[in-house]
Amino acid sequence: MTGTYGLVERAIRHCQILETVLVETMISIVTEKLDTQKLLESVSSPKSGASVLFVGTTRQFTGQRETTFLSYECYREMAIVKLQELCDRAQEKWPIEKCGIVHRIGEVAIEEASVAVAVSSPHREEAFQAAEWLMERLKQEVPIWKKEHGVDGGQHWVHEGSVIEPQGGSA
Amino acid sequence: MKVRLKVFAAAKEIVGLGYVDLELTDGARVCDLKTALVQCVPELRALVGRSAFAIDQRYASDSDAISEACEVAMIPPVSGG
Repeated sequence: MTGTYGLVERAIRHCQILETVLVETMISIVTEKLDTQKLLESVSSPKSGASVLFVGTTRQFTGQRETTFLSYECYREMAIVKLQELCDRAQEKWPIEKCGIVHRIGEVAIEEASVAVAVSSPHREEAFQAAEWLMERLKQEVPIWKKEHGVDGGQHWVHEGSVIEPQGGSA
Repeated sequence: MKVRLKVFAAAKEIVGLGYVDLELTDGARVCDLKTALVQCVPELRALVGRSAFAIDQRYASDSDAISEACEVAMIPPVSGG
């Protein structure tokens, strides 16, 4: 009997370990409108006391320049790998429960969302910090590009920023 | 060896296609690929200098070696978000 009990106990413990390791992460690149509610729900956890949802939207005015819409392009295979890697690194840096990132590509109208990041953690501080860090790293490392389309009919790729170092840095 | 380099965003517009086929010597490195790319498409010179390159979906340095089986890509400065 003790042997059977031991087996069951080990099985339960094994499941608990699997549960902590296999935290599902919502990572996606989509062409349709972002479902931010679904992303927020994906980070829900009974262990969390805080969920942070950041949503980046298309801004109409940047200084004097007026934008009519943005369009995004990505290197999909690598972008997915990098987004997953950022979530893994965030999980290592902070005691967060879950996180997820969705990015839209194609045309994104004024006020519509192009990106959303969600993080849950036992306490809010880590969730806020991790969400901000994820957005910063996304803008530096993930192969996604934005093109601004202006009211004057002009358009240009936004290629500011520095060259990315191999390994993507660890800042 | 023949390598098909993926290109994106402004680089893709300059090329007019999503890739550039390059002929490289065996054992070529990323720096050799850049030289071959600029020879093939001189209009890319300025952007190549500001871009990163990736091998098999990982950022690579100039000294990293390329093989025919690799997926290579030119990554202009990114601007997601």
